[in-house]
Amino acid sequence: MARAVSPRRKLMNTTFAWAIGLLIFFPILWTILTSFKTEAQAIASPPIFLGFDWTLENYSVVMERSNYGRFLWNSIIIAGGSTILGCIIAVPAAWSMAFVPSKRTKDILLWMLSTKMLPAVGVLYPIYLLFIQMGLLDSRAGLVIVLMLINLPIIIWMLYTYFKEIPGEILEAARMDGAGLKEELLYVLTPMAIPGIASTLLLNFILAWNEAFWTLNLTAAKAAPLTAFIASYSSPEGLFFAKLSAASTMAIAPILILGWFSQKQLVRGLTFGAVK
Amino acid sequence: MATKASRSAARVMMAPAVILLLGWMLVPLIMTLWFSFRKYLPLRGGDLGFAGFDNYTRFVTSSAFWPAVQTTLVIVLGVLAITVVFGVLLALLLDQPMWGQGVVRILVIAPFFVMPTVSALVWKNMFMDPVNGLFAHLWRFFGADPVSWLSDASLPSIIMIVSWQWLPFATLILLTAVQSLDSEQLEAAEMDGAPKLKRFFYIILPHLSRAMTVVILIQTIFLLAIFAEIFVTTGGAFGTRTLSYLIFQRVLESQNVGLGSAGGVYAIILANIVAIFLMRIVGKNLDA
Repeated sequence: MARAVSPRRKLMNTTFAWAIGLLIFFPILWTILTSFKTEAQAIASPPIFLGFDWTLENYSVVMERSNYGRFLWNSIIIAGGSTILGCIIAVPAAWSMAFVPSKRTKDILLWMLSTKMLPAVGVLYPIYLLFIQMGLLDSRAGLVIVLMLINLPIIIWMLYTYFKEIPGEILEAARMDGAGLKEELLYVLTPMAIPGIASTLLLNFILAWNEAFWTLNLTAAKAAPLTAFIASYSSPEGLFFAKLSAASTMAIAPILILGWFSQKQLVRGLTFGAVK
Repeated sequence: MATKASRSAARVMMAPAVILLLGWMLVPLIMTLWFSFRKYLPLRGGDLGFAGFDNYTRFVTSSAFWPAVQTTLVIVLGVLAITVVFGVLLALLLDQPMWGQGVVRILVIAPFFVMPTVSALVWKNMFMDPVNGLFAHLWRFFGADPVSWLSDASLPSIIMIVSWQWLPFATLILLTAVQSLDSEQLEAAEMDGAPKLKRFFYIILPHLSRAMTVVILIQTIFLLAIFAEIFVTTGGAFGTRTLSYLIFQRVLESQNVGLGSAGGVYAIILANIVAIFLMRIVGKNLDA
């Protein structure tokens, strides 16, 4: 509903919106700025905004001291692994629901979404127990499986809505020309589905990266990803603002950048198509 | 258009997802139900037999229960009120013509992508720390005594942190809804002389009602389960123990699995009540 307005009105809108935008973004900006300060400057009173001696020291200290690389690697494996595994299972399911719908398709889809509503804390102990018995506690494989399962409904849902947008006539035309199921999948559907699959992968990677219930409760030292690494800074002896900021910045930077690409998918993926 | 062969192929292709989700739902659920009827203390004797509905009554009669319910309600309702009201206002603002709209949108959405442990820790230390936090500096600047936010004003602080995380989500969805509003209707109302406030209450707000419902339902489901924000900031102290946190403590900290599982069953029922309403809206949209 964008309308033509007077330049004065537009200037007012712009000023106001930018002020609020910066206010909301400020905690992130402040964290990034603090990560380049010395510890003394980080707690200086009054606080220093830009006129400090920029240093990269915090980053090197965090990387050396806390084995940051291992946590980062765990995060990548867990988020990436669960997303890819989820997609492998979800693509055929979503494909069949979108192109060979039956009477029960809608119910199955809704039931799948409803599993997402199960509160994690309600099944914490059973999962914990099963993990101990199967030797999965504090293992990356265990977390890959759990995060894959909690995100699977969203992956299937998103893929389903993307596949639904592929016109059925194209499939019929391909079939008329003699394409079998294999050709249909490989040469007709896959190229058209790739953008949708990519957005789905992206959003679910972000969700898995930031997941902070199972990653905190099912890991100790070995398989802990960045969420747990950051939580370990909450103990008083770890309280150094500049280093905390450097660690935080490194943990959120990749996702902030990916996140900016996935704004539109966010609405689709998290409202289950209820808002268009 | 579907042939018999493609139907059976479809069934095979759906099987892994259906079986996995069925297992993921049923196995832990049945175990939780089972434990909830047992006296089960893994560190103090293990499974001590059938307990009937003991755990269920003990969970709701324990002195920690009602405060936890109250805390949960305050946090969920507080965050919902803040995110929905400001979400609507922000969505309307972001919909206005302006320079650099895309950049502002990115700034507003960014908090959603920050992992919960980071946002909790950053707020706790760099903003709410009573000595070195930014708020403390601000308060001193105006000659006031700094506040120990997370102990003296623990609930408002948690609500603030969680609202900051969820405001982007509400804004983004409401913005999507605002943008689908038919501008001709608004223009017609404007020409007929309807004042701004009336246009807002009679055209814009009704149009947004569905998106608002969806935001409320989805956020409720996630907010009932917030964990990291409390784990990192107060660890459940200072009256910030929510229902989910209480269950977590019963199960993993005091290892009273029977009692915790009974609590878990309550949590599952509660979440399902919300989920039914959400599913109804989603289901309606599937038909359309």
